[in-house]
Amino acid sequence: MSVTDSRHDALSHDLSAHGDPHETSQAAHRFAGSGSWLTAIRFSLLMAVVLGLLYPLVVVGLGQLGFSHQANGSLLADAEGRVIGSSLVGQRFTSERYFQGRPSAVDYAADAVGGSNLAPSNPALRERAEADTGQITARDGVEPGRIPVDLLTASGSGIDPAISPEAAAIQVDRVARVRGLTPSAVTALVERYSDSGGWLGQPTVNVLALNLALDAIE
Amino acid sequence: MNAMMLCYALLIGLALPLGLYMGRALDTDRSTVMDRLFGPVESVLMRLAGVDRRASMTWSAYLLAVLTLHLLLIGLAWIVFMSQGLLPLNPDGIPGMNWDTALHTAVSFATNTNQQHYSGQAQLSYLSQTLAIVTLQFLTPATGLAVLLAITRTLLKRQTSSTTVSTNASTTPAGHGVGHDSVGNCSVGNYCVGHYYVDLTRIVVRVLLPLSLLVALVLVWQGVPATYQGAQSVTMLDGGAAQVIPRGPVAPMVAIKQLGTNGGGWYGPNSTVPLENPTGLANLVETIALLLIPVATLIAVGVISGRRRLMMGIGAVMIAFSLITTTLIVVSERLPNAALAGLAVEGSPNLEGKEVRFGSDLSALWGSWTTQTSNGSVNAMHDSFNPLGGLGLLMDMFVNVTFGGIGVGLIGYLLYLMLAAFIGSLMIGRAPELFGKPLETREMRWISLAILAQPLIILGLTAITVAFPSLTGNSNPGFHGLSQVLYEYTSAFANNGSGFEGLGDGAPWWNLACVLALAVGRFLPMLVPLAVAGWLMEKRTAPQGRGTLSLEGGAFVGLTAGVIVIVNLLGFLPALVLGPIAEQLTLP
Repeated sequence: MSVTDSRHDALSHDLSAHGDPHETSQAAHRFAGSGSWLTAIRFSLLMAVVLGLLYPLVVVGLGQLGFSHQANGSLLADAEGRVIGSSLVGQRFTSERYFQGRPSAVDYAADAVGGSNLAPSNPALRERAEADTGQITARDGVEPGRIPVDLLTASGSGIDPAISPEAAAIQVDRVARVRGLTPSAVTALVERYSDSGGWLGQPTVNVLALNLALDAIE
Repeated sequence: MNAMMLCYALLIGLALPLGLYMGRALDTDRSTVMDRLFGPVESVLMRLAGVDRRASMTWSAYLLAVLTLHLLLIGLAWIVFMSQGLLPLNPDGIPGMNWDTALHTAVSFATNTNQQHYSGQAQLSYLSQTLAIVTLQFLTPATGLAVLLAITRTLLKRQTSSTTVSTNASTTPAGHGVGHDSVGNCSVGNYCVGHYYVDLTRIVVRVLLPLSLLVALVLVWQGVPATYQGAQSVTMLDGGAAQVIPRGPVAPMVAIKQLGTNGGGWYGPNSTVPLENPTGLANLVETIALLLIPVATLIAVGVISGRRRLMMGIGAVMIAFSLITTTLIVVSERLPNAALAGLAVEGSPNLEGKEVRFGSDLSALWGSWTTQTSNGSVNAMHDSFNPLGGLGLLMDMFVNVTFGGIGVGLIGYLLYLMLAAFIGSLMIGRAPELFGKPLETREMRWISLAILAQPLIILGLTAITVAFPSLTGNSNPGFHGLSQVLYEYTSAFANNGSGFEGLGDGAPWWNLACVLALAVGRFLPMLVPLAVAGWLMEKRTAPQGRGTLSLEGGAFVGLTAGVIVIVNLLGFLPALVLGPIAEQLTLP
């Protein structure tokens, strides 16, 4: 049907250029289809196939060919080769032998990502920050008023994989003590898993990668 | 500020060549080398869809085609969302959506809004995310641009003797007496505004699809997943609890989400999630993509219409508005979060709801651009912005023509320009006119309605919702609780889609009330200017005289900016005082 349509196009185009009234009415007849439901249905099904199925398929295909590690979620394995997480997904750390990440409104549940959505005026935010301050002060001996702000604020995603270099620095002594390492050895490791961010972003330390590396030392 | 200025410079540096390209590639009146490149693809698509590539429509047929296609798309998407549990490409076994959230989602994506009352990674199958959502994320920005092209051909294009027989001149029989026949087919060039489906196809094939492919591949390289495998379950390092990492064909969606002023992300908290926005480079690409096509569109319309000075004036107003609110938001987010006083290092920026890898400046810049363009994706939670930052976001969405959504941003500006031309003509003692055509009662009635619908719907629905606490669902007490409700309706009407996301908005009231705001906010301000352009086209042109109001002079550019500011302040200043301003004043 579509092929004959297009032949009609060419024909009516040639003729109507000469002002043939019969062919002009045929053009009008064809047009009637353009505002109609039938054209809308054909067009939307076609676009759904091209844009909704083929386009993602092409990106997935090329992505898997060129960057299969990233395309599958940047998964990390531990020393024994088990998949232990993703370098892009933060994890909950509570033991003193590990560097700790930021507060998470969803407790690092990657399938239920989200932020706290607490406004600065919300008393619940103050309460949470005071509780976290108490813990950090007890754990790392940092006084209130000196705590890096990222350790007192929940991230937007709830799975922020990073902390600031300052937030890592206040934890170095404690991690070194618990693990029986020298602080300078731990600091060196922190620096290895740091990213300056450049002008495109902010300096970060990847918490999961750093903790995996700490475990690998032992 | 350095990063902010570099992003503006990069944006304009990239939008300029893209705009020149779009101006040539989308102009149906001239044949270019792009026709040889893309023509065969478009030809095949048009044949499969059963559309005559050379046909053209009257403005009313064009308008009807837009509404027909959208009704159908909403219906199809609604069915897909509700029945996804029975359909393929659902490795995580996600059940169908309930009817009201599915309806809201279908309308939200069909209006280029992408307001989400669900969390994508948990409530949509891969089929819903691609077949339904990605398709709409292409077709809705294309529709905005297509309607803008139709208005450009009708209203803006300078009519010289060689172009009086305008679009698709090949079907025009010389000397035909009637402009159009009863079924809307147009046969005299002046009455033709182009063909909706041909315009859509051109925009998708020549602009959106190539750009999206490029951006999607950069994002995969940076770490955005692109796979059909289901979620990966892992055992966490400390304590051994399980963590489920959702994956999917995320990168193709994120690319068009950013480029197409869509904003609806794969994961609930959008581009805050490192899997959706992993690195500084990915964030830069996604940030530039927010505004790239809206800015390029100004240039493209300047090229197609020949009205370069008019477009430069409009662009100047938009850049001024953009810099004002962006500066306000960036400065606001550098201020400490009041809740952390005495606990965090003094002078730290507000990082609640923000990611460490972006910090406060890049989050504030994104927030500002995403509300200016009607994109609505986020890389930080707007609910936790400082009150003055939230004020800036709301102002961006009220104005909604600071570049604005693709096509509809400039169309919305034209709506204000029509009002300014009416006022300006009266101020200099002339009969109101626009491009030499008289602006009369019918035009002004519809222009006023399209402008006034915004405060009526947003404030009306906000008032009803806060009057019934059982409907409200806000999660923050006090003034911010009002801001949450106001933000949701503002975002829906502006077709933005971002939210103060603590709001419990998955309930039937929220879904249905937002459907009303979404549909009116999309179609009224987009289609009224098309109708006005059509009505004006049928009128006689008055010759330009010395007393004619110049739309290109600095005085008129300033008048239009003033009209925009005054209309929005009159409508929304009281609400802003009760919301973010009161919140700021009462912070400890």
